[in-house]
Amino acid sequence: MTTHISVTAPEHGTAPVLEMIKVGVEFGVGRDWVPAAKNLSYSIRRGQILAVVGESGSGKSASSMAILDLLPRNSRVTGSIKLDGEELRGLTSGHMRQVRGAKVAAIFQEPMTALNPVFTIGFQIVETLRVHTGMRPIDARVRAIELLTMVELPDPEKAYNSYPHQLSGGQRQRAMIAQALSCDPMLLIADEPTTALDVTVQAEILELLRDLRDKLNSAVLLITHDMGVVADLADDIVVMKDGEIVEAGEVHQIFSAPKHPYTRALLAAVPRLGFGFGPDDATGAIDVSAALMEALEQGPVTTTDRTTRADRPGSPDAALRMDDISVEFGQRRKIKAFKAVDRVSLSISPGEVLGLVGESGSGKTTVGRAAVGLQPISEGSLIVTGRDISHASSKDLRGLRRRVGIVFQDPSSSLNPRLSIGDSIGEPLKLAGEARGKALGLRVEELLDSVQLPRSYRNRYPHELSGGQKQRVGIARALSLSPLLLVADEPTSALDVSVQATVLTLLKELQERMKFACLFISHDLAVIDIMADRIAVMHKGRIVETGSRDDVLRAPANPYTQRLIAAIPVPDPDAQRDRRQLRLALMRTAVD
Amino acid sequence: MTQVLETEKKTEQVGHSQARLIFGRFVEHKIALVSILIVAFITVLSWSVVGVGSIPGWWHLTYNQLNPLIDGGRPTMSVVPQWLGGEGVFLGEHPFGQDRIGKDYFAMTMRGIQNSLTVMFIVGILATVIGTVIGAVAGYYRGVIDAILMRFTDLIIIIPVIVIGALVGSIASTLGGAIDGPVILGILLGLFTWTTLARLVRGEFFTLREREFVEAARVAGASDARIIFKHILPNAIGVVIVAATLLMAGAILLEVALGFLGLGVRPPDVSLGRLISENQSSFAHRPWLFWWPGLFIITLALCINFIGDGLRDAFDPRQRRFRPRRQKKVLK
Repeated sequence: MTTHISVTAPEHGTAPVLEMIKVGVEFGVGRDWVPAAKNLSYSIRRGQILAVVGESGSGKSASSMAILDLLPRNSRVTGSIKLDGEELRGLTSGHMRQVRGAKVAAIFQEPMTALNPVFTIGFQIVETLRVHTGMRPIDARVRAIELLTMVELPDPEKAYNSYPHQLSGGQRQRAMIAQALSCDPMLLIADEPTTALDVTVQAEILELLRDLRDKLNSAVLLITHDMGVVADLADDIVVMKDGEIVEAGEVHQIFSAPKHPYTRALLAAVPRLGFGFGPDDATGAIDVSAALMEALEQGPVTTTDRTTRADRPGSPDAALRMDDISVEFGQRRKIKAFKAVDRVSLSISPGEVLGLVGESGSGKTTVGRAAVGLQPISEGSLIVTGRDISHASSKDLRGLRRRVGIVFQDPSSSLNPRLSIGDSIGEPLKLAGEARGKALGLRVEELLDSVQLPRSYRNRYPHELSGGQKQRVGIARALSLSPLLLVADEPTSALDVSVQATVLTLLKELQERMKFACLFISHDLAVIDIMADRIAVMHKGRIVETGSRDDVLRAPANPYTQRLIAAIPVPDPDAQRDRRQLRLALMRTAVD
Repeated sequence: MTQVLETEKKTEQVGHSQARLIFGRFVEHKIALVSILIVAFITVLSWSVVGVGSIPGWWHLTYNQLNPLIDGGRPTMSVVPQWLGGEGVFLGEHPFGQDRIGKDYFAMTMRGIQNSLTVMFIVGILATVIGTVIGAVAGYYRGVIDAILMRFTDLIIIIPVIVIGALVGSIASTLGGAIDGPVILGILLGLFTWTTLARLVRGEFFTLREREFVEAARVAGASDARIIFKHILPNAIGVVIVAATLLMAGAILLEVALGFLGLGVRPPDVSLGRLISENQSSFAHRPWLFWWPGLFIITLALCINFIGDGLRDAFDPRQRRFRPRRQKKVLK
């Protein structure tokens, strides 16, 4: 299927900067050539942002690496890639080097690994400048600081002399963008530029990219899996599946009237904040924008009065009760301990789902690990399913194991690659002495049924399963002893959005049937919204707001919660434009 | 709503375990496969020729019996068939020749191989077990236990291997009268050569213990021993096997070096190193006394290294080289 994007906006109307004609990418695996991308045709003009959307394995990154000729050796490219009318395929490596950096620049997903840790930011930008333009060092330095100012780094001079590890994730990505823009490239390839960033930082980077597009008038190829980011930034969309383009078109058209069933399914699977489960289920819908407007009108004065909404006192039979617990890391002689969790109080009643949301480093995972006894606490009292494990010995903890379960974030790491699926699921049962031999086999089969996996999978090994299937196995293992409390630590953040939807549906069904209490941890408020009865917001080791889902989303009291909600991009271009303005207004009042 | 998207192949088939995949990849490595056959052949040959303990082998001469010198001790074996103009294929009375006093050199070489292989296997097994256990415990518990075990390891590492070997060799040779010499030598060498393996295993445990499946096992209620041996060790087995193979290749050379220095296996018993050391002066007159043991040392050391290479490639397929010309057509 080949679809050319028609030039819909003639005001840009010059020749395309990038033209891909029937491009294919193949990888050599074993003795065969396996296609990663087939027959891709699209083009980008100056000032246009084209988003290539697809799930993992759809070939979206492979095709863009083909433009830069950065594919590994076991690959080959077919078709024609034209940059500004010039054919890029078949260029010598020397010529290609002149194109890279000067005419085409790239921003990668993880700025920490994309920047060289042993050189300063300034050095790395100056290097790019001098290689491509032959500038004098003094001029290059001036230009580099100019670039760092352009990407709105708070202190460009200081950033110039900083090493990558001295900057925060968002600042690093800004520095990365500055380096990419140093030679005024005509094409900028942004490969998942915000995936590794927190949602509030992501909003800022997206803001920056939009500004720069207007300023520089270069073409941007945006590769992403996040429909919210697409809605925020893109002019046109190419949807890819299994290495082929299934649909291409203008952003409003794709979002409002997707033609291909895959695009429709993809859009339906994106969790939307305030909608609970999908846009069809309008019963519990909350207009988050309205809630934010209200918060904005009330101004920041009232918010200070009720920054922390008190959690209701935990009943003694709560599945989990945390009273003022703290967790400290790494106290070693003179180095001061780092307080990852600072006097957190939580309680979860039996059968209730508490969503714990926070950004990376907020301490949410540490809270989850403490709840299942994997992380000793340094202060406070921790009562899990009626047992006090504040100062538990390993023997006390062993008793606890039968009453709690945990689902981990990374399905490929949480299953032992040497154990078959059946062995992994059956291990808790076997160790607890619940079942053995044939009875164990039957229980494992029941568990596989309950997570909707075929029974034959019990003899398979983790590497033969997809990410979503592995996560189902992880859920089956966590639920094998029918625990009273389940901790789900970002169970879907490593999964594609469509798979995420199925796993969340499954988890919700199981929770309704088995009535276990659940601490659901996520960085994504939209996912929390689907799962949770109550929401707790964590920021820098503290809980800043707790309340029922309706309360927190309808009337976010804490300024941080408001910022968090406002930063989540809506997968709808028009709604996102409004949300963006709302966020900026909110940020302004916060500054005032 | 989204069931359509996650397509699950519902095929009724038994899964392939990692072990089977690794074995499949190992078999593809032709050189390693041939090497393993050669080592097996040499092992069986040497043991069957010499015999085990009191059971005699199939060769009619022993390594220490004196025979009349035939043709100045020249090898009687012929490998060129008559139809190619040679004398035909036969072994003769003394296929590898005889030494200066008439002992059968075929029997002596085979005895030497047997002793060298005994040392190699004992060193390999013992050092692997010790190294794995020490590395695993140090890597899993970290902290004080790790510090103590690793300082102990350092203590052994700082002594040069050849010095240990000399000491061990002379102890083994004095004890050699009572118990089988090569066995003692193997055990003593094994007690000092596990250090590299311990460090490798410890490093591997450091990374593996942070994986989430270890936490999952802990939540499931697994004991420390179960986590170490059932969950982590099988995932580190690649490192262990590869290191153990290379350790064995090193062990055979160490034994040869000790034999050459006159340590280790004592006369009248023979080892490959001793055979070379004793006959180095007769290189000009009776070169076969030098060639046969040398040939087997090189063959064994090379083959075991190739097996190690094959195992490493089998455990880590990403290291394999890619050859575009060998690729077939596009997979549809």
